[in-house]
Amino acid sequence: MTVLIVLFLVVGVLFNVLGTVALYRFPDVFTRLHGATKCTTFGSIFTSGAVILYGVQKMLATGDGRFITLMVHVAIAILALLITNPTGAHAIARAAHRSGVLPKMAVIDRLAEDEKKKGGVSA
Amino acid sequence: MISTFFAWGAAILALCALVMTGRLISGPTVPDRVVALDSINTLVVAMMVLLAVVSDSVVMVDVAIVYAGLAFVGTMFIARFIEGGV
Repeated sequence: MTVLIVLFLVVGVLFNVLGTVALYRFPDVFTRLHGATKCTTFGSIFTSGAVILYGVQKMLATGDGRFITLMVHVAIAILALLITNPTGAHAIARAAHRSGVLPKMAVIDRLAEDEKKKGGVSA
Repeated sequence: MISTFFAWGAAILALCALVMTGRLISGPTVPDRVVALDSINTLVVAMMVLLAVVSDSVVMVDVAIVYAGLAFVGTMFIARFIEGGV
């Protein structure tokens, strides 16, 4: 059990570090958003999973009801991250494209063509 | 003891957040800075959950949940502001 907890922690922290690297190594906003958001969300799920496993271990060892509260609340925190993080990333990408920031190496922009064809701003 | 591992994990995450601040300061465009801020917020939530084990208090997790919600609202507001819809 302890080995599993440490494994979860290592995987989660590793992915968070990769997200930090992604924020520096990618060329423009959209690729940075892709790398940073995915890696930090995945890593945070794994570090929080380590806390849930810690709660399971302590619960089995001591039988204290406090650790059930810990597990449930950490699960709610994971759920909040899972809902809010992709939504925020989507909003940032939409706002960046609308405000005129374009992908650096792209040669074709289907979204701009689509919006021009429809005439004006589409939802 | 096992909580030492959690403390080291939180320390490394804090270091990552510090490194991300560089992108927050030197982002070429405004959306770059928003991306950095959003990532830092996610890291802070993960850090709070880890520190709940270190300090042995469930209240830290509740604070992390509320922080995640407020960070989401802030990100949405900044995104709407960049878009020019406000």
